Amino acid sequence: MILEAVDLVVRYARAKQRALDRVNMRVPAGTLYAVIGPNGSGKSTLMRALMGVVSPESGFTRVGGMESRSWTRRDLARAVGAVPQVEHLAFPITARDFVGMGRYPHLGPLRPEGEADRAAVWAAMDRCNVLDLAERDMTTLSGGELQRVRIARALAQEPSALILDEPTASLDLRHEMTIFRLLRNSADRGMTVLLITHHINLAARFSDRFLLLSEGRVAAEGDIREVFREEILAEVYGWPVAVREDPVSGAPLVTPLQEPTASSIRPL
Amino acid sequence: MKRSLLALLLLASAVLAVLLSVRFGSVPLTTSETVAALRGSGDAVHRSILLDLRLPRAVLGLLVGGGLALAGSVFQALLRNPLAEPFILGISGGAAAGAVLVLALGLTAAGSGVLPVAAFAGALVAILLVFRVASAAERTLDVRVLLLAGVVVGSFFSAVIALILSLSEARAVRSAILWMMGSLAGANWGSVMVVAAYTIPAALALMGLARALNLMAVGEETASYLGTDVERVKRIAYGVASLVTAAGVAVAGIIGFVGLIVPHGIRLLIGSDQRFLLPLSFLAGAAFLALADLGARLLLAPTEIPIGVVTAFLGVPLFLVLLRRSLTG
Repeated sequence: MILEAVDLVVRYARAKQRALDRVNMRVPAGTLYAVIGPNGSGKSTLMRALMGVVSPESGFTRVGGMESRSWTRRDLARAVGAVPQVEHLAFPITARDFVGMGRYPHLGPLRPEGEADRAAVWAAMDRCNVLDLAERDMTTLSGGELQRVRIARALAQEPSALILDEPTASLDLRHEMTIFRLLRNSADRGMTVLLITHHINLAARFSDRFLLLSEGRVAAEGDIREVFREEILAEVYGWPVAVREDPVSGAPLVTPLQEPTASSIRPL
Repeated sequence: MKRSLLALLLLASAVLAVLLSVRFGSVPLTTSETVAALRGSGDAVHRSILLDLRLPRAVLGLLVGGGLALAGSVFQALLRNPLAEPFILGISGGAAAGAVLVLALGLTAAGSGVLPVAAFAGALVAILLVFRVASAAERTLDVRVLLLAGVVVGSFFSAVIALILSLSEARAVRSAILWMMGSLAGANWGSVMVVAAYTIPAALALMGLARALNLMAVGEETASYLGTDVERVKRIAYGVASLVTAAGVAVAGIIGFVGLIVPHGIRLLIGSDQRFLLPLSFLAGAAFLALADLGARLLLAPTEIPIGVVTAFLGVPLFLVLLRRSLTG
């Protein structure tokens, strides 16, 4: 299942600036693709455009070769599991029932869960290591538990592609690693994984390709050597950085320097 | 609590409520007279009291109570707000303005159908007005605007009612106030048929939206990603729940607490899954209002207490017990 954006331009209603400006990208199956960039650079908008909930001003996004807006919501939910950055639960619900929502696109309005649905739910919870949370209320979970349950819901959809918006935000080291490894593993099994993240070092270590967004535009796109360059990252993030080889993993390690240099400071 | 056990209990309560409502009333009948009348062998007047007054009134109580509880549960999910109830979006205000207008103008003399038709028309005006305001932006229905628009439209109709009442005679004011407190006294088979025609298809349609409403409780973006046509669901849920409420208000006035307390009570017992919450709220609302009406008729007989007073007196303590139990585990 290929995810694509072609000359994508998105502008929100009554906004002067484009949220995304001529973005091109292509994520083939079996790839872990990291979308990085500062806050407000258009990462979440890219996810919404791919999922067909915002309309492009021009250009288009495609999922599996078909334009996002042409998919029915239900068919798209069977093909792509998407986890938005924040969700606010209006009413209490158990983790098991929450993950069970991932089966809704397979069920329609009235058909009850069958054996295959229950199996998919347990398998997804098992992969995310949340089986022991099944009967817990979602509002009582810790940040790390919550994120893993939300990813389990997306896996329960049995999709061919995953799109996740900062799934490791505010997680501790161990939970970050668990989630990155889970996503790497999913890509290795042939899934298309698009990951929006601020953890650029973990992204560098685990991902196959990268999209660096800056104010809605593509600042860099490609493999690790094309994107993890000091001058590009410093320019985009507005802070000087050093990029060295991580002595342990061998991946590039981005280290912000102590003081911003005059040339790298951009007014915020 | 087991859902199937609760369903059985509620069903039994609804049946019991109907039986008691037929058996007891201001005209004292013995059980054998009641049975004889129901079998067609008894006194013709008794028969008429049972079949043309008490039975349709009990059935109307079931339908209106079920409809209000169902609508309340749907509004709570749609607006993502536990304080939501069927009247929060101004429907009661519109209906009351229509009813008060015909009472003040003395038009009710033209026939028993005038008052419900006027109330229903007023409710429709409120529903359309709120919908137009809330869906003005980019053809999407913003539930926060919906809530705000509903409350504002409701306040506007309150002002209309206050104006009409201040210009009316004392007798019209009294009937208007009694109407606004809610009552099932006007029940007949005609009103039962009309309310059933709205409530039963609406209940089925809303129960078909149960999964989508579960997703809406997590958020609209998530609901979209999990296969829901969010705009369509919001429109149908708002429209259908509003029509059920309007039909109920038109025949029974503004009966408070049922639409707020019943869904919460059921939620405390079985959780928030709308697939079970919607049908069980309907059953509970039905049984609750039929029993409340029995109380309204009998407690101070021959004087009838406004049914809204009974629903509050019965519902509030019951709800507080459930709430306390859920907090202490």
